[in-house]
Amino acid sequence: MLANQIGYYSLIIGLLFSIYLCAVSIKDFNNTNRNVSPNIITLSFLQLTFVIVSFLSLIFSFINSDFSNETVFNNSHTTKPLFYKISGTWGNHEGSLLLWLLVLTLFIFLFLIKSREQPKKYRILTLLFQQLIIVGFFLFILKTSNPFNYLFPVPKEGLGLNPILQDPALAIHPPLLYLGYVGSSIIFSASLAAVVQNYISKEWGQHIKKWVLISWIFLTIGIMLGSIWAYYELGWGGFWFWDPVENVSLMPWLTLTALLHCILVLEKRGTLTSWVVILSITTFMLSMCGTFLVRSGILNSVHTFANDPARGIFILIFLFILIFLSLGIFFLFHNDNNKNSSNFYWLSKESTILVNNWFMMYFLSVVLIGTVYPIFLDVISAEKISVGPPFYQKLIAPFLAPFLFFMSFGLKLKWIKSKIENKSSLTIFLIISFMLTFFILKDITTELFFYTILISAAFFLLFTTSKELFLKRFNNISQAVAHFGFSLLILSILFNGILSSEIITNIKVGERFNYNKVEIFFEKIEEKKESNFDSIIGYFKITNDKGKVVELNPEIRFYNQPVTITSEADIKTTLFEDKFLVMNIVKSDDYFNIRYQVKPFMVWIWISVLILSLGGLMGLYKKKYEK
Amino acid sequence: MYGKKVKLRFLFLFLILFSVILSIFLILQSLKNNIVYFQSPSEIKSLVELDKKKIRVGGMVKKQSISIDSNEINFVITDFKNEINVTFSGAVPNLFAEGKGVVAEGFLKDRNYFSATKILAKHDENYMPPEVKEALGVK
Repeated sequence: MLANQIGYYSLIIGLLFSIYLCAVSIKDFNNTNRNVSPNIITLSFLQLTFVIVSFLSLIFSFINSDFSNETVFNNSHTTKPLFYKISGTWGNHEGSLLLWLLVLTLFIFLFLIKSREQPKKYRILTLLFQQLIIVGFFLFILKTSNPFNYLFPVPKEGLGLNPILQDPALAIHPPLLYLGYVGSSIIFSASLAAVVQNYISKEWGQHIKKWVLISWIFLTIGIMLGSIWAYYELGWGGFWFWDPVENVSLMPWLTLTALLHCILVLEKRGTLTSWVVILSITTFMLSMCGTFLVRSGILNSVHTFANDPARGIFILIFLFILIFLSLGIFFLFHNDNNKNSSNFYWLSKESTILVNNWFMMYFLSVVLIGTVYPIFLDVISAEKISVGPPFYQKLIAPFLAPFLFFMSFGLKLKWIKSKIENKSSLTIFLIISFMLTFFILKDITTELFFYTILISAAFFLLFTTSKELFLKRFNNISQAVAHFGFSLLILSILFNGILSSEIITNIKVGERFNYNKVEIFFEKIEEKKESNFDSIIGYFKITNDKGKVVELNPEIRFYNQPVTITSEADIKTTLFEDKFLVMNIVKSDDYFNIRYQVKPFMVWIWISVLILSLGGLMGLYKKKYEK
Repeated sequence: MYGKKVKLRFLFLFLILFSVILSIFLILQSLKNNIVYFQSPSEIKSLVELDKKKIRVGGMVKKQSISIDSNEINFVITDFKNEINVTFSGAVPNLFAEGKGVVAEGFLKDRNYFSATKILAKHDENYMPPEVKEALGVK
């Protein structure tokens, strides 16, 4: 009750602070002081505090199961474990937007205190642009998605959180993903401010690089967590489904990755200014589009909490305002004053980065078209279509090989003008990669030619980056680590795809099922009771072709609130392969539907993504060990 | 006639244009081959020609229609006007049940038989795919 009121009024005070902050900033803008007035920083801090108070009071309502709050009523239940009561705060539409807002205000505050050596007018403009976004989100929350709606009479019990969201990976997936998404808002505001101030320069590149890296790291790990969750919770045994909801998170990642590389060129050469600005704007727009598509109910997924058209329209209008504003600013203020240095020598680091961007834009357009085209067709005609994974695989896989080769060469090249060094070792690596791949693949795949080229490209990158790491060339260690992680990622994905095998069957308790020398024995079932669900646990013994036995115990859970059945896969992970078993009830029959999969190198996919992000993290602290 | 710089610019522009056209061509070509259309049982009944391509069928799983043995699951998808028999051998999602909405992906054998290769997951008890909603005429 009380928490409700505190939360609601804190939000309104936060909004008022936005307006006051804008007024003070505009006044301070023309002031001759060299530094941003300390009042502004204090105000920004107070705004952050009020949003935090609002967020905490929502968490408090969730912990207390205060069902006079509509959001709590819709998404919580007294029998839910405490951990999921808390994570349920952002496991719904209203709460997750409040989290967006929290991160927005947090980032602008951090930006203000971390950019003291930057020009004052640039900092104030950044604050103003960011406040524009913040005001937009305040209004959005207060008008269409108030998390503090009051319910009377107070219900005795809540409706509960969708059980598949009751999961540790999903408790931290949204906050991390948001840090990545919203981090791009700072890049957006800062680049617009820099355009207005004509400050897109080497110094700006150096300063904004940190923010690009931070959001990139969070976005990378956030996407990975979502992927891990989908792998063990949705029961399909894959980690990426080319589902529209996944695609919308991949799109800003692609532009952010492109931006990350361009910033390096900007930092070193002071060129590519327009492109950097365009990428900064695009990244944030894609993050917003993602939020719009996912939240408006246009894309159907576990992320679509409620289909309220007013919400979609609000985000759409807001999005259009931001797009027009940013494009307007870009065309009015941006002048490319670096004519002299814009010529690249063909064999230099910057040209390989351009090539990287070229590929990134291609991947982006593939994902974008595949995701948006069905929506588009649905709007202009009555036809309902979907675009399946083969579309993406066919279009992306062939271009990965040249992409990987360029990554290997780019690592070796120097800025401005370079020549290929150590030709002999490169050739040897190339030959080894081809031979190795050919011998591994000889007997296991029919598309030998295609996979040989693709995998040897990945091996080639792996070898060249390992050599860098081995020689301890510290000047570009973060790059070597990140590229090493990427090559490992591609290798694990490819081998995982080629070598995976699965058995699907319907089976009764006590039965044995044989297929390809693998025996599945369904020993027994056991029933168990927990506070918010009952479950059936299946005991399976699986003997593989080498006679090794593994025991797997998948579970079917019957949640009481809301009434939902979920399957919990049982996964035995080793360094070399995952054994994955999921079972399902089809009817209240004796038969259980089971899916058994052997997925090689599964754990390496996650490890390599972590290595990739570690590379980013090292880039962040590069200065420290260079000196 | 033109300086070296201008020539380079032209080459660059040409390369950009060329790669853009190439990638758009590739994408559209691949899109054409990988689109899966959605149809309701009634639409299938009124088909003049059977499509050999993969399609999706959606509607309600008819009550008392699921039968299961060790290889297959058979059931009927209905939109309350027409229905179609589906055979499926594969993994079913959690919320596949009689009287619930379903989307099946696969190939038509004839106007009454559909061989599904995949049954799509739903995430939520109350959730119904919009295609299914429309096929059932629910608002």
